[in-house]
Amino acid sequence: MDAREQKPISRRTFLIIGAVTATAIALPPFICAQASAANAARPVLSKLSIEVNGELHDMDLDTRTTLLDALREHLQLTGTKKGCDHGQCGACTVIADGRRINSCLTLAVMHQGSKITTIEGLGSPEKLHPMQAAFIKHDGYQCGYCTPGQICSAVAVLEEIRQGIPSHASPSLTEPPRLIASELQERMSGNICRCGAYSNIIEAITDVAQASA
Amino acid sequence: MRPFTYSRAQSPTEAAALAAQINGSQFIAGGTNLLDLMKLNIETPTHLIDVNGLALDRIEATPEGGLRVGALVRNTDLAADPRIRKDYAVLSRALLAGASGQLRNVATTAGNLLQRTRCPYFYDTNQACNKRQPGSGCSAIGGFSRPLGIIGVSEACIATHPSDMAVAMRLLDAQVETVRPDGSTRSIPIADLHRLPGNTPNIETTLGAHELITAVTLPAPLGGTHIYQKVRDRASYAFALISVAAVIQNDGSGRIALGGVAHKPWRNESAEAAMSQGAKAVTAQLLAGATPTDQNAFKLTLVERTLASVMAQARTHA
Repeated sequence: MDAREQKPISRRTFLIIGAVTATAIALPPFICAQASAANAARPVLSKLSIEVNGELHDMDLDTRTTLLDALREHLQLTGTKKGCDHGQCGACTVIADGRRINSCLTLAVMHQGSKITTIEGLGSPEKLHPMQAAFIKHDGYQCGYCTPGQICSAVAVLEEIRQGIPSHASPSLTEPPRLIASELQERMSGNICRCGAYSNIIEAITDVAQASA
Repeated sequence: MRPFTYSRAQSPTEAAALAAQINGSQFIAGGTNLLDLMKLNIETPTHLIDVNGLALDRIEATPEGGLRVGALVRNTDLAADPRIRKDYAVLSRALLAGASGQLRNVATTAGNLLQRTRCPYFYDTNQACNKRQPGSGCSAIGGFSRPLGIIGVSEACIATHPSDMAVAMRLLDAQVETVRPDGSTRSIPIADLHRLPGNTPNIETTLGAHELITAVTLPAPLGGTHIYQKVRDRASYAFALISVAAVIQNDGSGRIALGGVAHKPWRNESAEAAMSQGAKAVTAQLLAGATPTDQNAFKLTLVERTLASVMAQARTHA
């Protein structure tokens, strides 16, 4: 049972229950043409299990639910933020199966069996992830809204550099990328900070990279 | 977003056949463009066929000395593949010049080819757009046209194809492999994949109904110096105003393709014969017949100067 169902009934829950009652859909793995045509006008539910921050969750979600909305609205993991909801700002960045992605531009149902790490899974107030500690130390934020996405992205960026994945800023495609500011700036360009804390963010990431080098 | 049913395909042929059976179905792979458009009700599939489970995520050597890139190879993986970095650097550079790290981790090879235009009038559902709503008109013509097409455009549409990757693949003369609902397969030269807008800008490719891209095959390496020069309004994470993809040999001969100027990656092989005469001569042929607007006529100059820069870089590498 997911956390949502333990709460007093919300409008959202009411609507979902209503949809299930009305259409009694249990989505088969293979859908015939008639079923699709009949279902298209109404919300369609789909079951999935997904591992978030090491915990397995079985969910029954409207197929339209993005991974972002599944995390925030159904699992109450509101650390991941919704900014533009169109993949332009990076506030929704999470790590899915080891890779940073925009959780707003992927459907939850496409992540059956995936392992997702959100900001809540990286560290806690009692035990900060080194990247979280570095953002605090270097004042890598002002309002903080983009920060969970920045931190998830930054953690993945260091792993991408460790794996030797090149970037637009890499002078050579055949030599390993270096841990320099221009590389970090380029790799972090998918995370927008409206407050403009960029220089401190780069300092925080550099600090973590040097500590782990 | 409109409701839709969802299923996972087990094989490419099954995916194509299922698409033919279900009205209003679309394939979804990375989904980074499709979901963006579904949220705006610009794309309204009633059924999504998730093709991510198909084993099309490998890069394999071909008997001809080239590489066969599976349709589901993610942009990050294609850009980082050691064989691509060594022998097809222009492709690696084009990929890395596009989108953000988050998007490249998800976006696929086939999806990148089939992404829709970023014309602001296509995205704004309050505006007329022949691509989004055939027959409604084109608000871009006479509107904010600065980022839009300058050649191969029509009275109906001046949108550009936004991909960087496709420009490099056009330069390399890649072949696009597909499967159709009846299980038959074919190979389409990438030059023939994307259409010019004409009177039907809503029809963007020569793919048949429900035809699924399974791979993109790169011919044997060309050697030479590989350069992808993208000019944009900010240094990262922006679509091209124009881009120049080039493979230039030590004797100064080579290939040139342009992005950001047309409804498809723009290449004219006969213009490449003028490379010994310099960037001005090549640009004159490459962009002969261009019909820019007042706002985007600067792209003509920008192409020439960027090409001059690319040719100068190649000389220093030679």
